[in-house]
Amino acid sequence: MAIAPAALKSKDFVSNQDVRWCPGCGDYSILKNIQKVMPELGVPKENVVFVSGIGCSSRFPYYMNTYGFHTIHGRAPAFATGIKASHPDLSVWVVTGDGDGLSIGGNHLLHTIRRNLDLQLLLFNNRVYGLTKGQYSPTSRTGMHSKSSPQGSIDYPIDPISFALGAGATFVARTIDVDAPHLQEILHRAHQHPGTAFVEILQNCVVYNDNEWLEVEDRKTRVSAALALHNGEPLVFGPKEARRGIRIRDGVPSIVHLEPDENPESAGVAVHNEAHESPSYAFALATLARPDFPLPIGVFRAVEKPTYESMLQAQIDDALAARGPGDLAALLHSGDTWTVES
Amino acid sequence: MATKKPIEQVERVAIRFAGDSGDGMQLTGTKFTESTALAGNDLSTFPDFPAEIRAPAGSLAGVSGFQIHFASEDIRTPADSPDVLVALNPAALRANIGDLRPNGMLILNSDAFTTKNLGRAGYAEDPLPSLKDRFRVVEVPLTAVNREALKDLKLGTRETDRCKNFFALGLMFWLYNRPIEPTLRWLESKFRGDVLEANTRVVKAGMHFGETTELFPVSFSVPKAKIQPGTYRNITGNTALAWGILGAGIQLGRPAFLGAYPITPASEVLHELARYRHFGVKTLQVEDEMAAISVAIGAAFAGELAVCTTSGPGLILKQEALGLAVMTELPLVVVDVQRAGPSTGMPTKTEQADLLAALYGRNSDSPVPVLAPATPGECFTIMIEAFQLAVKHMTPVVVLSDGYIANSSEPWLIPDIESLPRGEVRHHAEGADFQPYARDPETLARPWAVPGTPGLEHRIGGLESEEGTGNVSYSPENHGRMVALRAEKVARVAHDIAPAEVNGSDRGELLVIGWGGTHGAITSAVNEARAVGKDVSSLHLRHLNPFPSNLGEVLGGFRQVLVAELNCGQLWRLLRAEYLVPAELLSKVEGQPFKVREIRARIDTMLAKGS
Repeated sequence: MAIAPAALKSKDFVSNQDVRWCPGCGDYSILKNIQKVMPELGVPKENVVFVSGIGCSSRFPYYMNTYGFHTIHGRAPAFATGIKASHPDLSVWVVTGDGDGLSIGGNHLLHTIRRNLDLQLLLFNNRVYGLTKGQYSPTSRTGMHSKSSPQGSIDYPIDPISFALGAGATFVARTIDVDAPHLQEILHRAHQHPGTAFVEILQNCVVYNDNEWLEVEDRKTRVSAALALHNGEPLVFGPKEARRGIRIRDGVPSIVHLEPDENPESAGVAVHNEAHESPSYAFALATLARPDFPLPIGVFRAVEKPTYESMLQAQIDDALAARGPGDLAALLHSGDTWTVES
Repeated sequence: MATKKPIEQVERVAIRFAGDSGDGMQLTGTKFTESTALAGNDLSTFPDFPAEIRAPAGSLAGVSGFQIHFASEDIRTPADSPDVLVALNPAALRANIGDLRPNGMLILNSDAFTTKNLGRAGYAEDPLPSLKDRFRVVEVPLTAVNREALKDLKLGTRETDRCKNFFALGLMFWLYNRPIEPTLRWLESKFRGDVLEANTRVVKAGMHFGETTELFPVSFSVPKAKIQPGTYRNITGNTALAWGILGAGIQLGRPAFLGAYPITPASEVLHELARYRHFGVKTLQVEDEMAAISVAIGAAFAGELAVCTTSGPGLILKQEALGLAVMTELPLVVVDVQRAGPSTGMPTKTEQADLLAALYGRNSDSPVPVLAPATPGECFTIMIEAFQLAVKHMTPVVVLSDGYIANSSEPWLIPDIESLPRGEVRHHAEGADFQPYARDPETLARPWAVPGTPGLEHRIGGLESEEGTGNVSYSPENHGRMVALRAEKVARVAHDIAPAEVNGSDRGELLVIGWGGTHGAITSAVNEARAVGKDVSSLHLRHLNPFPSNLGEVLGGFRQVLVAELNCGQLWRLLRAEYLVPAELLSKVEGQPFKVREIRARIDTMLAKGS
C-alpha cells in the first residue's frame, strides 16, 4: 500500500543557496510565490524540474530545492522539450526572460510552444537586459535610452503574448510579479493546463528599468491601467464612476464609456471567452497596450489539443502493437543476406 | 538462365554507372550491389552524386555516379579506376571518362549522343571516334530498345524512358552473370500495375538483349570470394550508425533518444531510426541544430541514452551546447558525418576536416573523447562503444564518420548478438549526503542522478561548479581543479580502449597512419607494397582522443611516419605535437576519397628516400 507522503511546505522548495538578485528585484516576489504554490500542486518534489537559460531570471533553478538545469542562452525550451518528451511524468517549468526567450531564444520558444508539450513557460518581462548591465531588449519600447541605445532604441518591440498566440499556444496568460494572489492563481492554472502554458510575468528591474510596470503594479492606478480578464465576464475596467469597456469590431478593439448602471453587454462590450475557437479574439486583446488602452491581465486563451509527448508515446505504442518489441538479431538479418560456408 | 555465349572468368571488376541525377543511377548501382552481394563476392561501393536534386538535364553539374568494385578476393576500396563505364549521356561520359582504365569497356546509350546533348556536355564534336582507339566502346541504342520493349504498355514517353536505367541494369546483370531475382522481388514490393510490369520487363529485356546482341561476344563471371564464413548482408555506414544506435539501446537496456535536424549527409540516420519506434527509440526532428543537441542533453539529464546526428556546419552550431554537456558532465553521443567544407562546402562530398573542431572547437578547455569508424560496418559497433564510454565516464563523446563511409557499402559479417558488448545504465539511487559532483575514484565520473529520484534533488548548469557539492563557484583554486579533473577524466578513457594494432610489422622503416574512412585505401596500398617486399606497415586509429596508451611506443618502432588524411593535416599536427615525431603528411582535399595509387606512390617515395 502506498504511504501518503508528508505534506510538503513552501520551505521544502527553498534551496540552500543564497539568492543573489539585486535588492528590490521583482524576481524575489516571483520566487516566493512559486515556492508557495509548489506544495499545493500535489506533485512530488522529486518530479519537479526547473529549466532556465541565461540572464537574471535564469538563475531561478539554483534557488529551488527541486531538480534544476541552468542551461545556455535562449535554449531552455529545447532542453525542457528533451526532458518532457523523454519523461512525460515530470513536471517541467521553464524560466526565461525577455532577452533569453524572445531574442536569442526566439526560435526555440516558438517551436516549443507550437509542439504543445505539457510544460510551463514562465517569461519574466522587465523590458531590459539586466545581467549584461542595461541594454535595450526585444520588448523595450522604441526610443528607450539605454547603454546600447544612447540616442534611443530604434527597434520596434515584440509583444510576448502576441508571439505566443502566433505560435499557436494553447494557454496564454499575463500576470504581475508583485500581485501575489493573481500570480498564484495563474501558476495553478498554468500547471493544470494539459499542454504548453505560456505565462508572461511583468517583472520590475529595479536597477536598469525601474517602474516600467508601475501603472499596473500599483493598486491605485491599476484599476484604470489594467484590464482584468475573467472568463465569461465583460471586458470592463476603470473606477465605478467612470467604467469603460472594450468592444471588438472586425478584430479591432475600441473603448466604450459606460453609464453608471449601463449593462456592458448591451453597450457592445465583449465578453471574455478564453476558449474562443479562433485565436483572433485573443490576438485582438493582445494588441491592447498602454497608454491608449488598459493592459489586459489574466488568461487570454486556454484551449486543448493533444500534447507532443502523448502523440510520441502513441506512435511507440502503435508500432509495438503492430510489430512487437524490437528484435535486434531479426533486424540485422532482415532483407537480403547470404551465408559463406567454411 | 542458361547462356549460349562463352563465359570468361575474372577475379575482380570495377563498374561505374553514370548518368543524369534524374536517371536513377544510385538506384541502379544499389540494385547491382545487392545482386553482387548475393552472388558471394566481396565488394566495395562509392556513390558520388551532386547536392542538387535535379540539376539541368544533360549538364555536367547534374552527373551522378555509382561505382562498385567486386571480386573473388578480399577488397577494401571501390577501386582507383573502373574497368567498365556505363554512361547514359555525353555529360556522364565527359565527367567520368578520365577515370576509365586504358582499354576499359565503355558502354554508351548511343541514342543520347545527339548534337544537342553533346553541346550541353560541352563537346564541340563527337568524342566517340577518338575514344574508340583507347577503349572498347559498346554503343547500345538504349532509349530505342527500351521503348521497343514497352511499346504495348499505356505509358507515356517520359515514364517509358524513365525505365531505361533498369534496361541497362538487366544488361549488366547478363554481362556479369548476376542473379536478377533480388531486383524482381524488390520491384514487386515497391510497385504495382504498369510501372511494376514495365520495370520487370525491361530488366529481363536487358538480359535478353545481352544474350542476343552481337555487341557482346562474351559474358563474365566473378567467382565467390573466399572470405570469413558466416552470414553477411550489405550495409552502408549511415544504416549501420542507425542500427548501432538501436543496438546500443538493446545492449545497454534502455532505448536511445535522438535529437536531429536534417543535414546532408547525416539525414539518413534520422530517417532510418524514425522507422523503428517499436524498439522504443524516440526520434525528435526539431527546429535547428542547437535545439537538436539541447533536446538530447535534456533527455540525458533525465537519464536517457541521448544522441544527435549531424554534419560539419551542424557540429559547429552544436558546440556551445556540447560545452554545457562537458561542464555538466552528462553522457551524450554526437555523431558528425563529415563533409567537404568550410561553410556549406560540398555537402555530398567527403572530407575528414572536423577533427580539430571536435577536439578544440569550443570555448575554453573542453575535452571530449573522439572516435572514428573506419568502415561502414564499424559504424554499428562504434555506436555501442560510444554509448558505453559516455555512460561509464559521464562525458559527451563525438563520433566522426564521413560522407564516404556514410553512403558506400560493403558486405558485413552480421555480428552475433551474444558477442556484442553489454552494459548497464546505472542511475544513482542513494540519497544521504548526495553530492552531484562527487567522483568515482577510478574513472572520475560523477554520479548520474536523474529527476524522479527522491532525495537527490540538485541543480546543475553551465556556471563553474564546486567540486563535490556542485554549487556555483567562482573560487580560482576550484576552477583550476575542475578544469584539471575534466581533462583527467577524459584522459582515463584510455584505460577502456583497445591498444593500437599495427597492420604489418611492429617495427620497421615506415608506418602509415590514418583514421576514419581512409582505412580501405591505406590498407590496400600498404598490403600491395608489402606483397612486393616493401618495409611498410599501417595503423588505423579508431580512438582520436584519448589516443591508445601504446601509441607512443608504436610510433617509436618506425624510422618514418606518414599520416594520410583528407584534410590539411589535422591528425598530423596532433601526432607531431603529442609525440614529437617528424611525421610527414599526405593530404587530399578534393571531396573524393584517396585512390590506392596515391598512397602507394608516397610510400614508394618515402621508402626510396629512407633507404
